[in-house]
Amino acid sequence: MSGATLITSARLYGQDPADLLLRGGQIAAVGDDLRSQAAEQLDEDVTVIDAEGLIALPGMVDLHTHLREPGREDAETVETGTRAAARGGFTAVHAMANSAPVADTAGVVEQVHRLGLESGWSEVYPVGAVTVGLGGERLAELGAMAESSAAVRMFSDDGHCVDNALLMRRAMEYVKSFGGFIAQHAQEPTLTAEAQMNEGEVSATLGLPGWPAVAEEAIIARDVLLAQHTGARLHICHVSTAGSVGIIRWAKDRGVAVTAEVTPHHLMLTDELVTSYNPVYKVNPPLRTRVDVDALRQGLAEGVIDVIGTDHAPHPTQAKECEWAQAAMGMTGLETALPVVAHAMISTGLMDWRRFSEVTSTEPARIYGHQHQGRPLQAGEPANLILVDPQAAGPIRPESHASKGRNSPFAGLELPGRVRYTFLAGHPTLAEGELATSLTGRAA
Amino acid sequence: MRHLLSTADLTRTQALRILDTAEEMTGVSAREVKKLPTLRGRTVVNLFFEDSTRTRVSFEAAAKRLSADVVNFSAKGSSVSKGESLKDTVQTLDAMGADAIVIRHGSSGAPAQLAASDWSEAAVVNAGDGTHEHPTQALLDALTLRRDWHAAHYGEASSPRGTDLTGMRVLIVGDVLHSRVARSNIWLLTTLGATVSLVAPGTLLPVGVESWPVTVHYSFDQALAAGPDAVIMLRVQAERMGGSFFPNAAEYARRWGLTEERLAVVNQLRLAETEAPALILHPGPMNRGVEISAAAADSAQSRITEQVTNGVSVRMAVLHLLLTGSRGHHDDDRSSL
Ligand SMILES: [Zn+2]
Repeated sequence: MSGATLITSARLYGQDPADLLLRGGQIAAVGDDLRSQAAEQLDEDVTVIDAEGLIALPGMVDLHTHLREPGREDAETVETGTRAAARGGFTAVHAMANSAPVADTAGVVEQVHRLGLESGWSEVYPVGAVTVGLGGERLAELGAMAESSAAVRMFSDDGHCVDNALLMRRAMEYVKSFGGFIAQHAQEPTLTAEAQMNEGEVSATLGLPGWPAVAEEAIIARDVLLAQHTGARLHICHVSTAGSVGIIRWAKDRGVAVTAEVTPHHLMLTDELVTSYNPVYKVNPPLRTRVDVDALRQGLAEGVIDVIGTDHAPHPTQAKECEWAQAAMGMTGLETALPVVAHAMISTGLMDWRRFSEVTSTEPARIYGHQHQGRPLQAGEPANLILVDPQAAGPIRPESHASKGRNSPFAGLELPGRVRYTFLAGHPTLAEGELATSLTGRAA
Repeated sequence: MRHLLSTADLTRTQALRILDTAEEMTGVSAREVKKLPTLRGRTVVNLFFEDSTRTRVSFEAAAKRLSADVVNFSAKGSSVSKGESLKDTVQTLDAMGADAIVIRHGSSGAPAQLAASDWSEAAVVNAGDGTHEHPTQALLDALTLRRDWHAAHYGEASSPRGTDLTGMRVLIVGDVLHSRVARSNIWLLTTLGATVSLVAPGTLLPVGVESWPVTVHYSFDQALAAGPDAVIMLRVQAERMGGSFFPNAAEYARRWGLTEERLAVVNQLRLAETEAPALILHPGPMNRGVEISAAAADSAQSRITEQVTNGVSVRMAVLHLLLTGSRGHHDDDRSSL
């Protein structure tokens, strides 16, 4: 690996400017005017980045990414998905288990983990399935996945709800023994059998079968009670309703070990967009109402909701260029997360960049149990960090994204903030807004 | 407006223009030679992804009476059922020179998606999409209602042209949740000045109905006691009868059917303060003995056959107005709809 990198005058967490010296995969020093020190003390090559006007943040950590490999390499691969991660400012992503084959064995999680190591654009942590084939009937090889080289700690049937209460209880109890946790996709299946969009005024008019808020809230209510009963840890994926925020707040007040995630799209978009019948707005859980969006923003600002998870879900064009009812559910998210959250939370004054770094980095890393991600911008810490231009604007252009997916609901929207540099273990995977090289030397 | 996708898009003026044109078309249909040359050389494609012989035949008759060339494209047994996309099908039809695409589709929103796409330049007519809308059905219902409403007030000899349904009270009964006919009627009849009420079991009303411009009843008898001028009975699909929405067909008929006992009540109703009897409509096909008794369907108050006849006139009007208005390939407020 090459020499050191000196970042000058970056505003740490959006606050006071400082210099950062990166060397040997670590933040070697943080301080004022490191330039002179660096020149004196180092005889190696020092790359200097003038970061005047840029904000330095810890590398973002996504607990909810669909990388589609193995099985749907037409939609995304570990390589393209992690390039998207690097462009979006993520230094670690957690790959959901709904691949083909499903990541329900040590073999599959090791494969995904290895593909991530080989790509080197972002760290890749496979999420293990809770049940065999996401079938909701028998526990998958939870222990074997935990003991595998992928060292899985997070388990989820995401895309499906673990709706059987006894199986959910057993899964929570089982993974507790090795520090694991279950991430629940909360969707009561009988209430959502043919669901196409949020159930409410808009679905009534559009004649699309509704996905009621209660189908999410009923499962969250049940699961926080199970977590309380078992003392196990529970994570709730993509919380989408005001009622869910209320239930999670209630549970946290009682000391239940529950954490919760919200997606960027649920912080910004509402079901009114479905009036166009454009399947780019079809997602699960569905876009909700303005009341829900406001409650989610408030919940995130207050810490009832702990983290941003992108639920990055790329699909090939034909899966979205069809009738609404036939269209696939999901939106890309890795490359738009920062501008969308900046728009929804920072431009509105609901949070500052410090809180942003907590919900996009510190907290997701803490929930998973990472020791080297989500760390503070301090000397001696791993050099996983990003430089953000908060002033950069302009329309979102999915055709320029590194993801294979073009299914971004934000296409054409003017949103603030762009990631200019991403450093993974001190190595710039993204430089001046363009993919550079991966940690393993791959070029984009 | 280049397309007819939803009655919610129609202003009162646009709706009246369609109804008034339909009255003229009725005159054509009554002639010995039932043909106008207005769409000669134009191609109307009936693109039916869902079986509905009645609607397709009605559109076909309408197009032919306007001298258009008609292409019937049924998705059943074609490449469509083998996985060809809506986009590919429509692009094929566009390449064949379709001027209008009359689309019937099981998915709500398919006509709107087609109209919003760049797959075709053709005018799009929604002939029923999923559980969303069926605008020409609502227009033919409005035409039917208006004729009686106007005649009751001003006599048979006076033309209903230019008049609306102000003051009329219409009761829609049955499976509103899954009914594209109900949705289109609610928006159109309200635009035309009528007051709409619904009566249905709670399971067959959508969540969100409270935002609609309607009064909701759960008891058919109470709704009839309020004295509606017209009752529109909705069809109950056989697949709803399995016990998940209501216990069984017999209970449905007893509580929400237009039984002979309720027909006796409807018999006593009049169009507002006039002597003319209240009206019974049904979009068809009927489940006699379930949502409507044979006696009600065949009663003097029934307008069910008139609805079928008026369907052709309304569809002639819609095709005529869409295809002979200013023919820009972009939205143009001066076009005739
Ligand atoms: Zn999910």
